[in-house]
Amino acid sequence: MTASHLPTAHLLEVKDLTVDFLSLGGAFRATNGVSFHVDAGETLVILGESGSGKSVSASAIMGLIDTPPGEICSGTITYRGKNLDDCGVEERRDLNGKKIAMIFQDPLSHLNPVYPIGWQMAEVFSAHGVATGAEARTRAIDILGRVGIPEPEKRIDQYPHQFSGGQRQRIMIGMAIALRPEILIADEPTTALDVSVQAQILDLLKKLQVEDGLAIIMITHDLEVAASMADRVIVMNSGRIVEEGEARAVFENPQHSYTRTLINALPHDTADGGGRRSTAEIGKPILEVKDLNKFYGLASGFFGKNAQLHAVKDLSFSVAKGETIGIVGESGSGKSTVARVLLRLNEVSSGEALFHGRDIFQMDAKELLAFRRKVQMVFQDPYSSMNPRMTIFDIVSEPWRIHKDILDKPRWRDRVIELLGLVGLKPEHADRYPHQFSGGQRQRIAIARALACELELIVCDEAVSALDVSVQVQVIDLLAQLRDRLGLAYIFITHDLPIVRHFADRIIVMKSGAIVEHARTEDIFSNPQHAYTRQLMNATPRPKWETAPAAVSLPA
Amino acid sequence: MAVFGFILRRSAQSLIAVIGLLVLVFFLSRLTGDPAYLYLPLDSSEAQRQAFSEAHGFNDPLYVQFGRYLLGVANLDFGTALSRNRPAMEVALEAFPQTLKLAAIAMSLALTLAIVVGSLAAAKPDSLFDRIASTASLAGASAPDFWVAIVAILVFSVGLGLLPTSGTGTPLHWIMPIFVLTLRPFGLLVQVVRGTMISALASPYVKTARAKGVQRSQIIFRHALRNSLLPVITVAGDLAASLVNGAVVVESIFGWPGIGKLMIDAIIRRDFALIQATVLITAIAIFVLNILIDLLYARLDPRIRFQAK
Repeated sequence: MTASHLPTAHLLEVKDLTVDFLSLGGAFRATNGVSFHVDAGETLVILGESGSGKSVSASAIMGLIDTPPGEICSGTITYRGKNLDDCGVEERRDLNGKKIAMIFQDPLSHLNPVYPIGWQMAEVFSAHGVATGAEARTRAIDILGRVGIPEPEKRIDQYPHQFSGGQRQRIMIGMAIALRPEILIADEPTTALDVSVQAQILDLLKKLQVEDGLAIIMITHDLEVAASMADRVIVMNSGRIVEEGEARAVFENPQHSYTRTLINALPHDTADGGGRRSTAEIGKPILEVKDLNKFYGLASGFFGKNAQLHAVKDLSFSVAKGETIGIVGESGSGKSTVARVLLRLNEVSSGEALFHGRDIFQMDAKELLAFRRKVQMVFQDPYSSMNPRMTIFDIVSEPWRIHKDILDKPRWRDRVIELLGLVGLKPEHADRYPHQFSGGQRQRIAIARALACELELIVCDEAVSALDVSVQVQVIDLLAQLRDRLGLAYIFITHDLPIVRHFADRIIVMKSGAIVEHARTEDIFSNPQHAYTRQLMNATPRPKWETAPAAVSLPA
Repeated sequence: MAVFGFILRRSAQSLIAVIGLLVLVFFLSRLTGDPAYLYLPLDSSEAQRQAFSEAHGFNDPLYVQFGRYLLGVANLDFGTALSRNRPAMEVALEAFPQTLKLAAIAMSLALTLAIVVGSLAAAKPDSLFDRIASTASLAGASAPDFWVAIVAILVFSVGLGLLPTSGTGTPLHWIMPIFVLTLRPFGLLVQVVRGTMISALASPYVKTARAKGVQRSQIIFRHALRNSLLPVITVAGDLAASLVNGAVVVESIFGWPGIGKLMIDAIIRRDFALIQATVLITAIAIFVLNILIDLLYARLDPRIRFQAK
């Protein structure tokens, strides 16, 4: 490390950064006068919800903002006292990956699908003229081992799609730290991962930080992740910094109202933890699932037998009127398969599901149509589950087009407006298109569409996972209200334990297709029986100040 | 091994299609009329025509003729080309390499040029180079080849006297046919390359490469290009098929002794055996081309490779 920079200068400093994005509708100000700095060995967390401008600041540091449509209106970025604007293109390129590195949210799409990971890692060395050929390969293998990929010699020639999500993120991290950079920018590095994998990745980042004295700039919308990583926090809203300070101070004593809203939105922070469970009496079961099994045929080897994946194993549970069942599990646990099979979007392999005493899997086309009036599904991504060329009126009224006897056409408009009101939207929204709404609003529309039928049961598959925390709470509140008013039942599928604690009456924990634990929500949280359940609960990141003293230790 | 199995499977599928095609061509070609009127002098008598038809088996019911044809094909006997009095397959196989050479050169040129020009255009959208490349490629893709061919002959052969109007023999004879055959594929491919490259350059993995500090040229020609090639190869395959099929018009204009010209001659002369032989050859060539494209796909994209296993 050189000591040529001024002693007062920070390792990296961003001053008054203002970035606009030009679009047909005019300029959109993504960040507005944003200033922050980071020093060796510390973690700065930039916290904000979607659209707050938190990623733009990081992209500006890496020179990743395309102009046009982006425009850096003002501001300076200095690295070791050197203004990056004064650097030539080549000098700036050489900084990237060597001194300042970055990892991204979705490692699958951020790794090139057509090259082996070893090639992509070796490229870091060759691009900066550090090593090529066999030497680059050896070093790539070392790094793979360092970030915890088992059998690195063997796996180095594999392609990104052959790794799990967590492994891919490890590979991204490996690529980023290959040249021992001084600054690592992590843009939502664990958002796409399961909680237990998230914990591993966060631990890996902490370990590397201590070993290499890395300065980390972490961008996240997740308060728990932020608290577990941060030494200092800045909170962004609508392109501006609304609050900044030492992590503990910000989390325990937030000054700005926006920060307080965010922190209060954390669902498990409510005192009793069960604020939105059903209040009404639980009625008699409307759905009884017995010994449900689902096999998927996997693509067979050329000579081998057809391999089968046992996605759901001997699943049994029941749902009563007015009740919420939470199904919790990590990716690959079979939880979404349950939803798809129950709605007969996929065929069942064996077992029965009695809906008011009638087996769903035995229903003929006519009965099935009647069944689908009573059971609806709300999907994770409300945007891709809506036809972009239909207006909200068309989307919400579509069930009546299919089930012709629900409502006479002249009354459609009034009813759509009524339903939109029920989910907290305005009458004039009826004539707009899905892209004109935010994620939370789109999920409300999806719920309104489900309610258009004479509904008894809604299956929510990760219905709030894609939403910002503050919006998650609003949608859950809405679902709870509707349940209490209309006597609905929910099967609420999620990977997020805190969310169901809030909302579900009973919880089923699934792992590898089977139920590992099934109990009342308070019992699960107060006295988890199965090791896996405990592991899921403990995987929620804990604040850094509760786990360890501020870890600022530089290697000798 | 998996590759071998794949080729075997695809060949079996192709065989069915080839048989279907043979049936179709056999019956359709017989709709063109009675060959006796073409091959005998205009003043020949009805009896002479009957004798001609009888001798060549054209008087038998169609299904008998078809059975005879299938039997012949099974014994690798594809009949005699009436117009040349030689085995039809021999004539067709003589012409095919001429077409193949032309097609191979034209496609290689078009593909190489299109990848370079399209990539550079995509690297800087809306730049001067991009605008020139887009306009030129659009013109190339839209210009009818027969018109370009005739204009080229007018300018370079008739006007300037630099190039021969038609035929083969010297390297100079190749220039105009290759130019005309390259133009349209080049134009279309530039458009495809440019479009797919622009979206590839906006992809997340390119962002990663930039964050890694990879050189711009490497980002364009390694990261983005290989991902862009799949749709390009699909289109290039279609274009190559139409060239292998015998660039009928262009070969006719330049008097190029390829399979396209042979086919059109055979149709005009009602030379049934020759029509069938030329169609069979081009069909097999196109099936082989398609299998090659599928293999190339798997070569380029590991996700397809592993799925196929």
